[in-house]
Amino acid sequence: MPAQSSDRTLSPLIFEMGQDGRANAYVERGKPLESFFPKDALRDDLPLPDNTELDVVRHYTRLSQRTFGIDMGFYPLGSCTMKYNPKINDALAGLREFAELHPFVPDELAQGALQVMYELERSLSSLFGMEAFSLNPAAGAQAELAALLVSKKYFRDRGETRRNKVIVPDTAHGTNPASAAMCGYSVISLRSDARGRVDPAEIRRVVGADTAVCMMTNPNTLGLFEERIHEIADAVHEAGGLMYYDGANANALMGNARPGDMGFDLMHLNTHKTFTIPHGGGGAGHGPLGVAKHLVEYLPVPYVVRDGDWFRLDFDRPKSIGPVRSFWSNFAHAVRALAYLYANGAEGLARVSQYAVLNANYLRVKVAEFLETPYAEICRHEFVASAQPLKKETGVRALDIAKALLDRGFMAPTVYFPLIVPECLMIEPTETESKETLDEFVEALREIVAAAKSNPQELFEAPVTTVVGRVDETRAARQPDLRWRPKPA
Amino acid sequence: MLDAIGVESPDALLAVPDALKLREPLDVVPALPEYQIRRRLEGVAKRNGGVDAISFLGGGAYRHYAPPAISALAMRGEFLTAYTPYQAEVSQGYLQAIYEWQTYISLLTGMDLADASVYDGATALAESAIMAINATGRQRFLVSRAVHPNYRAVLTTYCDGLDVAVDEIPIAKNGTTDLAALAEALSSHEYAGVALQSPNFFGNVDTFDAAARDAISKHGVVPIAVVAEALSLAALAAPASWGAKIVAGEAQSFGVPLAYGGPYVGFIATVEEHIRRIPGRLVGKTVDNAGRAAYVLTLQAREQHIRRERALSNICTNQAHCALIATIYLALVGKTGLRDIAALNVERSRELATAVANAGARLPFSAPFFNEVVADVGRPAAEVLGELQKRGILGGLDLGRWYPEYANCMLMAATELTTTREIDALASNLKESMRARAVV
Repeated sequence: MPAQSSDRTLSPLIFEMGQDGRANAYVERGKPLESFFPKDALRDDLPLPDNTELDVVRHYTRLSQRTFGIDMGFYPLGSCTMKYNPKINDALAGLREFAELHPFVPDELAQGALQVMYELERSLSSLFGMEAFSLNPAAGAQAELAALLVSKKYFRDRGETRRNKVIVPDTAHGTNPASAAMCGYSVISLRSDARGRVDPAEIRRVVGADTAVCMMTNPNTLGLFEERIHEIADAVHEAGGLMYYDGANANALMGNARPGDMGFDLMHLNTHKTFTIPHGGGGAGHGPLGVAKHLVEYLPVPYVVRDGDWFRLDFDRPKSIGPVRSFWSNFAHAVRALAYLYANGAEGLARVSQYAVLNANYLRVKVAEFLETPYAEICRHEFVASAQPLKKETGVRALDIAKALLDRGFMAPTVYFPLIVPECLMIEPTETESKETLDEFVEALREIVAAAKSNPQELFEAPVTTVVGRVDETRAARQPDLRWRPKPA
Repeated sequence: MLDAIGVESPDALLAVPDALKLREPLDVVPALPEYQIRRRLEGVAKRNGGVDAISFLGGGAYRHYAPPAISALAMRGEFLTAYTPYQAEVSQGYLQAIYEWQTYISLLTGMDLADASVYDGATALAESAIMAINATGRQRFLVSRAVHPNYRAVLTTYCDGLDVAVDEIPIAKNGTTDLAALAEALSSHEYAGVALQSPNFFGNVDTFDAAARDAISKHGVVPIAVVAEALSLAALAAPASWGAKIVAGEAQSFGVPLAYGGPYVGFIATVEEHIRRIPGRLVGKTVDNAGRAAYVLTLQAREQHIRRERALSNICTNQAHCALIATIYLALVGKTGLRDIAALNVERSRELATAVANAGARLPFSAPFFNEVVADVGRPAAEVLGELQKRGILGGLDLGRWYPEYANCMLMAATELTTTREIDALASNLKESMRARAVV
């Protein structure tokens, strides 16, 4: 089952196609610009290609066929929650009254859009135990940044300007420490214990008068539930710090437990993971930021409020950190997320988490038959396997396994993350996959491990069925070629 | 499956400490069958009367024609449901499309290179400022007051986090940045960078002149151009030609739906010198193990997933799909179409300016403009806009919202989709509104 067409001829770039003047009649001809501007205000050439619509359609159709999405096959990318994206969501986001609404339309003529944002905001707040959510941040990383800016302003208002440390476990997503650095915080990296958890004693050792925020995800990126989260939160709170919940793994608990009840003061969601918004090949995302009561007034502006039957954007929030983006929200994604909430309701969402955890555990025990799973216990939405013993025995690494999976029609798991597990494969099946798909994946993986022992060379050369073989990343970084250039005339 | 796992019920998989058990029912919207979700949200959508009004709204979000071929291509599941292309061998198509996007942005801005996208125009400016701060080691930034107010607000939000001070350059009488004040500011403080927007928030062409460029280079400041209406790049002199070393922009105009403000797509383009400071993903061309040309995400050592707290930005997910839409748009309209669309925008906005002037409004600025124009209506613009709104016309933006000194002014946009009839409707209603007031 090859992943893609085996056509290995290079697609020309759009810039290498077409002929000048081959224009599509989308608009009428415009008057020469020289009649409106002084010559030096105008550009003298515009070195872009002209192509017929047919040639453009064929070009990008062909490129799409060289791209692997969830719609084509299993996508077990750990921490990315690559579940099925229902088509109804896109249909609703594409409704003319949503898609063509200008962001500066006065509130009274945008009541529908504001209602969508309000319903989503209220539902998320209840579902995760937060007082309020801001729908402004464009992605999870931006929500982290906004949250840390909230913490900074909160501490400044309390005269606690010495709080400049952010505590991050070594299993955390890379965005956590990077966001902290963007707020001028320094990072304390916390070692996980032998069970893959954060030890409350370790937290007590590092917290103090300089603690600003402790950023955690629960379940963590090993797929393990931090049962002692209350003790951790208590230790941070007693030291005067705030608890931040990285919602990348929310698919494991929604409708079953709430970060707010665990003692988290701030959190974000990646609705492009948990709430079936298509990831689009790397965005746009959508990263709602939730906060507990004492932090609501610091949320970014604008915030959607309801006055009786009316909704409005509230910009007049003097303690706000300010806006974090050009306009109010990745609104089209708010429509998709709300449609997903309507499709499930609270009980349905709880069931989503149950099935996600069921699928992950089923895969975990099956994979454990032939690969090491360093944390052999009930996991949540994802689990990690390690190719370390296999590498010692055969030389085959996690990367080789990943590439061999591509040849068998599957997307590879996340590899080499979290950093604390050597030769790590991080696998997240999500709830939307059938048992048959999981079984096919297990058999493919079993076959790869067998091949590692009988014919490792085959794996070092993988993938062989894709449009290109393994790419030379070193050369890409050493001799950066980031664009096409016109040939000198 | 439960047998394989060795548990009796799914509940055993989700056990949480008693203290975490839910104590009250969750207040979430009710579950509905799909046809009812559709009916319900279609009903909610109908409450967006704004889409049926005659609209002259602009200010960083523009109504342009988007050929249906864009969504037919971009909404293909292969593109739409892909993750960030970490596995290059099964992502060659998307990687190539992003390489094409980086090329389009480089060609349009006149820069050496561009990134795979950032969230939007405002964050593009904020991230560009961070590039300048990292390049110079200075903790002060200068921005023109004629830069989009929302962009400046986001810049301030980001700079607050880094304890960087932001100063503003005043606006000259003709509606462009006061370049003499710029030169003076540069000589009084050590700035990391200085940002100008062209066309600026008032629609006016606003660039560094020779004296400003000299002062910038003398003081070692990084000059940044902001572009909120990317269509202007098809017509106006490229930012590289007037001295920008970083271009921070918004490409919503290239086929991305207005969608009440997002998702849109920001870009950062720059010169070779700053290649390792540019935030976000970069796609590079390389070869595979058989020597065939191939594309891959590159220079990842800059990024958060490798460098963690030493990364130059925390950006992870960007706006790939919107960048894809913009790339397909540019491919479809081509050089010829893009020039024509730009020219039509200029033409219609001139028609609009003439019509409102004939209706009795004053045009306060003399600088050349692209597709937006400011009109002084002689009394608070908010009132006039309210009266127009009652007649089904969204006449523009009340500048008083951000500039108290321009409380009588409104900012109006015209694009290729603006018709003469719409302009006439605006002008006649505006005339009536202004005359009614004069009588009182």
